[in-house]
Amino acid sequence: MTNGQSERREMTGAEMVVQALKDNGVRDVFGYPGGAVLPIYDELFQQDDVRHILVRHEQGAGHAAEGYARSTGKPGVMLVTSGPGATNAVTPLQDALMDSIPLVCLTGQVPTSLIGSDAFQECDTVGITRPCTKHNWLVKDVNKLAAVIHEAFHVATTGRPGPVVVDIPKDVQFARGVYTPPQMAPRTSYQPKVQGDLDKVKAAVEMLAAARRPVIYSGGGVINSGPEASQLLRELVELTGAPITSTLMGLGAYPASGKNWLGMLGMHGTYEANMAMHDCDVMVCLGARFDDRITGRISAFSPNSKKIHVDIDPSSINKNVRADIGIPGDVGRVLEDMVRLWRATVKTDRKALWPWWEQVARWRARDSLAYRMNDEVIMPQYAVQRLFALTREHDTYITTEVGQHQMWAAQHFHFDSPNRWMTSGGLGTMGYGLPAALGVQIAHPDALVIDIAGDASVLMTMQEMSSAVQHDAPIKIFILNNQYMGMVRQWQQLLHGNRLSHSYTEALPDFVKLAEAYGGHGIRCEKPGDLDDAIREMISVRKPVIFDCRVAALANCFPMIPSGKAHNEMLLPDEATDEAVANAIDAKGRELV
Amino acid sequence: MNAQLQPTGSAYFIAKETEHPEIHTLSVLVDNEPGVLARVIGLFSGRGYNIESLTVSETEHEKHLSRITIVTRGTPHVLEQIKHQLERIVPVHRVVDLSVRALELGQERPLERELALVKVAGTGDARVEALRLASAFRANVIDANTEHFIFELTGKVSKVEQFIAIMKPLGLVEVCRTGVAAMNRGAQGM
Repeated sequence: MTNGQSERREMTGAEMVVQALKDNGVRDVFGYPGGAVLPIYDELFQQDDVRHILVRHEQGAGHAAEGYARSTGKPGVMLVTSGPGATNAVTPLQDALMDSIPLVCLTGQVPTSLIGSDAFQECDTVGITRPCTKHNWLVKDVNKLAAVIHEAFHVATTGRPGPVVVDIPKDVQFARGVYTPPQMAPRTSYQPKVQGDLDKVKAAVEMLAAARRPVIYSGGGVINSGPEASQLLRELVELTGAPITSTLMGLGAYPASGKNWLGMLGMHGTYEANMAMHDCDVMVCLGARFDDRITGRISAFSPNSKKIHVDIDPSSINKNVRADIGIPGDVGRVLEDMVRLWRATVKTDRKALWPWWEQVARWRARDSLAYRMNDEVIMPQYAVQRLFALTREHDTYITTEVGQHQMWAAQHFHFDSPNRWMTSGGLGTMGYGLPAALGVQIAHPDALVIDIAGDASVLMTMQEMSSAVQHDAPIKIFILNNQYMGMVRQWQQLLHGNRLSHSYTEALPDFVKLAEAYGGHGIRCEKPGDLDDAIREMISVRKPVIFDCRVAALANCFPMIPSGKAHNEMLLPDEATDEAVANAIDAKGRELV
Repeated sequence: MNAQLQPTGSAYFIAKETEHPEIHTLSVLVDNEPGVLARVIGLFSGRGYNIESLTVSETEHEKHLSRITIVTRGTPHVLEQIKHQLERIVPVHRVVDLSVRALELGQERPLERELALVKVAGTGDARVEALRLASAFRANVIDANTEHFIFELTGKVSKVEQFIAIMKPLGLVEVCRTGVAAMNRGAQGM
């Protein structure tokens, strides 16, 4: 930064915070004031470079910052007070940790002299957030404050990105000290390795070139690595001619309209993606981490394949699945080497993969995402498909909550570019989508930002409708309302003898009136025939919209890999009769888990 | 194991562990800053790893570096994870599995020593026997009056264990142990 103001000079801790934000390129901060951060809020009030977005709950600030980060590739910033402000931030911090989202959280703390005295709104913030951050700091010396904030941004955004917390006691905010501008002197103990080992990359290219049944399995790491990584991934797929699937987090890195696309893999992935994973001879995992939602039963996971695993976090390699070639490094850099080496050394034999593609075609013909249309009731899959069809011409960003609607969105809404899909994958945080949509809309004021939501999830952070109205963020909350916690119910049907313990929401609010009460716009749609017009109305309204889409109450999410089963033992929608669902997990499977 | 007693089913896949656990000694070089030990032990408790012994002290004052020695038990797969997870901690500089390093150097184990303070109270024959055994173990008497001794003993864990067991019937009052300090043999540093 060549900001004239960012030189060594004396100022208060609170001024330093705002100056450090500016010096780190921060335009927007999501937060909520309170006693222990008032000096910082006073500084924010007296300047215009950093915009503060007031939320209604600190969890909302965190998810909004996450949505902002995921859709821009820049770090998200949140500012909260001590005690309850900090504890409310814990859920988004853990969410960002599990999905590797750069999130800088500044917390106020009681004055240094009161720490440990059980003061009003005191909590051990660094203690509570230690396991849910990449790193955290308690700053007791105002002269170190600026350097710590710069380091916090560096740690959050480099290596495997993640959340960080800087806890700032109130007396440090008032104290005067010397501000140090950002400088590139990272601590010697933190040196993430980004370049992959070239010999291993060579071996990987050779292995992939010799494959007859290859599959590429990409994840959120490709998105985190930046748009170049997605471009290189597309080149690698084109060069190798291999089929490609992706995790929930990686959707959009390879275009869903691309001819090599198999759809998402995993528990609710497509038949062709999971079968290809099971039957492949070489698997290339790029920036994904073999999560348990992906692998199914580990002992039966892709039994006959050689596995290449590229990940920026060395601890991800060999954690769940043993890699034959493990390459720690930034997936973008490694992809660059792979593409270059492939071009230089491999003569692609397209015909060699023909039998494999014929097999893939047979799996695709199984049409695993099919569902039975209904003229009377809106099928949730149909709702997502229409939403996709009618928003294609727009600059669209999608967030979701967690549950059946999330899986239907992943299956039926198709992404052709990265950073367009914001969802809570690792932690599975219900209530993520609405505030995340707010964050996306703040970053992209003219875009169409839609939270594909469930009726249960959305109520967890519904209060952020008020923030959206205040900040003129015309987010669209598209609720697939089946009046159930659908995914909970689905598991109760599978595992607990269809005893639907507390998974039916008996007293849902009138979502249309709720939207109006917040100052937004409410739409209800109950018939498939009315859906298109209602969606068009939603798109055209220039204010926050809650769309109450009444869908088939008992629809379940298929295909599915039931518990204890392997990729080739999927439960397909046309086989999922009540009886099949009840018996999908046999006694042995139940004992297993 | 508990899951097998309550076969209710769940949304998770649990694989049975087939490898056998081993005991390894790790050396962890860290920046000596507030909370660094909490990060290390929090990692062990949070991820369900074992700590058999833990020793920590600042070893390079100018650079503010501390060396943590951890004796842990786990399968080779878990031990590899522990090393990588420790390396992810921002103030951690280096992690060396001394047990693996010892094997690479053609040695069975790294050098491991522990210090124990052992208080024994008694009179008469028991007291004489305690002193005689202490001398056989090369333990030093660092405090005594007519009714007690405090012995200082340094050695391998097995030696310390044995000494304590022998002192039990001779009036053992209390024991304090430092945990294992360890390094590899040879000229090279960690």
